[in-house]
Amino acid sequence: MTTRRELLKAGTAGALALGFPAIVKAQSAAIKIGHLTPMTGFLGALGVYAVKGIQIAAEEINAAGGVMGRKLDVMSEDSVNPATASTKAQRMFEQDKVDVLMGEINSASAKTIMQVADRNKRLFMQIGARSDVLRGKDCNRYTFHVDIPVTVMVNAAGQALAREGYIKGKKIYFLTSDYLFGHDLAKAAKAFCAANGGTVVGDELTATDTTDFSPFLLKIRQAKPDLVATNLGGNQVTNFVKQYAEFGLPFQVAGFNLNTADAWAAGDGNLAGIWPTVWHHELDTPGSKAFVAKFRKIHGQPPENHAWIEYVSLKVMAQAMNETKSVDTEKLIKYFESGAQFDLLKKRNGYFRSWDHQMIQEAYPFSVKPKGQAKDKWDFLKFGAAVPAPDQPLESINPPKSANACVL
Amino acid sequence: MQLLFLLEQVVNGLVLGGYYLLIALGLSLIFSVGGVVNLAHGAFYALGAYVSLEIARRLGFGAGVALSPVVVALLGIAFERFILRRFYTADPILSLLVTFGLALVAEQAIRIAWGAAPLPASMPQAFKGAVVLGDFLFSKYRLFLLAVVATVLAGIWLLLNKTAFGRVVRAGIQRPDMVAALGIRLQPYMTTIVMLGVGMAALGGALFAPIVIVHPAMGAEILTVAFVVVVIGGLGSFWGVVLAALLVGVVRGITTHFVPAASEASMYLLMFLVLMFRPRGLLGERIEKFE
Repeated sequence: MTTRRELLKAGTAGALALGFPAIVKAQSAAIKIGHLTPMTGFLGALGVYAVKGIQIAAEEINAAGGVMGRKLDVMSEDSVNPATASTKAQRMFEQDKVDVLMGEINSASAKTIMQVADRNKRLFMQIGARSDVLRGKDCNRYTFHVDIPVTVMVNAAGQALAREGYIKGKKIYFLTSDYLFGHDLAKAAKAFCAANGGTVVGDELTATDTTDFSPFLLKIRQAKPDLVATNLGGNQVTNFVKQYAEFGLPFQVAGFNLNTADAWAAGDGNLAGIWPTVWHHELDTPGSKAFVAKFRKIHGQPPENHAWIEYVSLKVMAQAMNETKSVDTEKLIKYFESGAQFDLLKKRNGYFRSWDHQMIQEAYPFSVKPKGQAKDKWDFLKFGAAVPAPDQPLESINPPKSANACVL
Repeated sequence: MQLLFLLEQVVNGLVLGGYYLLIALGLSLIFSVGGVVNLAHGAFYALGAYVSLEIARRLGFGAGVALSPVVVALLGIAFERFILRRFYTADPILSLLVTFGLALVAEQAIRIAWGAAPLPASMPQAFKGAVVLGDFLFSKYRLFLLAVVATVLAGIWLLLNKTAFGRVVRAGIQRPDMVAALGIRLQPYMTTIVMLGVGMAALGGALFAPIVIVHPAMGAEILTVAFVVVVIGGLGSFWGVVLAALLVGVVRGITTHFVPAASEASMYLLMFLVLMFRPRGLLGERIEKFE
């Protein structure tokens, strides 16, 4: 028969057994990373790759023992729209007690999350949004930007276009997405055309939910430009590319924004022209090759550039935490501002510029392989050499301090 | 010259209106016969696109466009028989909720089945390019689309106006109780109407797949436009929907010509104006059971 005393003993032992691991665990509690990215809406397709990329990085880091012996716990959520993004960011800091925030693709949502980070004086690594103003007029000292700004995209595609003779003395027609990112892109593209002797003969704004471009295509036909250059975002690019092929207009087409996912979604034989990208899966470096192989093994297809950037961003964050032995916002800012070098799986290492917190790195132009050369449905893009050339400083394609309104 | 450009936009708008029609007409038919605003209509459009790609991969583009509406229409029969039928006489809010819920379920189901990333889709090479008639430029593919839409439209009109089937349906719209008193069960008619409406939406999806991005949320995008068209035309009116679809296309084209940034907003403005002066829509009929 069990006595009362025995019961008490067993109970205490049980409580101790349960209680001890809790204390041990508390000492090495996971480092919480709040991760916001659009998973629905016109950028949702890109966000899906973003989540896949950051997951692979987290699994790799955790399998290797985590950061300072603590596991990384990445909480990914749909940021939906700018208002929801800001609410969720505040909640992640306050209730979920995340150590740092990462993510975003939508420039407008990134802007609201940056404001939350600034108010809370906490770190936000802005991974995928490219608007210039985020690292210009709207910059703040709690935000670091990994993806290339639109000026770099314009320079990457623009230099290739200029080399092929599509800018100097030519009539250029713009089609621009009517939101923060599109406006920024158009501004940078106009500056590039002006500096390189091209004339912008038209600039049409289109709403982000435009699915039918036929009225715009008719206007382009009337304008008879030498080059149609698009400043579009997300699904719009795919819709435009498909319909441009449908109408078969004779003018050279190009664009200053196209993600690999948009290109894949366009379908066989629809894409043409010259475009920029921040990374591509055919990059010939050991790091990129290993990442592409791993991603292919898990998901059965090559990674999109958003998968890559989320992957390296978490690695960059982990490196900073390991080096500073801390998750403290101030210490991490100091480390990032120190000019520390990061392996971005490219030929040259990247680093954050201290005065605008922009990751400085290589970019690439790409065009389309001639018909019949593609190995499979992921393989019709032809990637150009890295910009800037190896003998040029990495910073040369970025907006210089004189052209950037950022004051931290 | 300026006038000619404008005329080109008007003609292009008419073509564009033609393909809003495929979606809007089914939505309108299901509403007028069953009294149900089918918020899941866009989901059938999306399914039509995905199923057509699935078929096209094996049997070619033509088979995809032809068979996908049939497959989805069969789903439509199940949708009517097991879900919609329970809500004809219920509070409209319930059918709104149930079809809205279904639209969400369908979108997620597509995401699970085909992934969240958009699927690539192209048209046969022969359809690519444009033809120039006089001073007007037409995409070959859209002319083909227009021909298909016109055929479907004529078929539906004949069915509703020249057949015994159509007489019962029209009587059922105005006086369901009288039809019942004459000993005619409306249910099989309703099943057929839903099947046709859903099939048209799927045909729309299959036909649009080569020119717009194919992704899980595409149904929600088109539903808004279709709904605006139906409201402008007047719920339940065949020619009202036709007129409204063309009008929306034309207004969009003209707006793009003058104020491109407002091209997407123009149809909502049009809806606002029409409802101000004709709350029942352009050709909306007085249907006793909805008054």
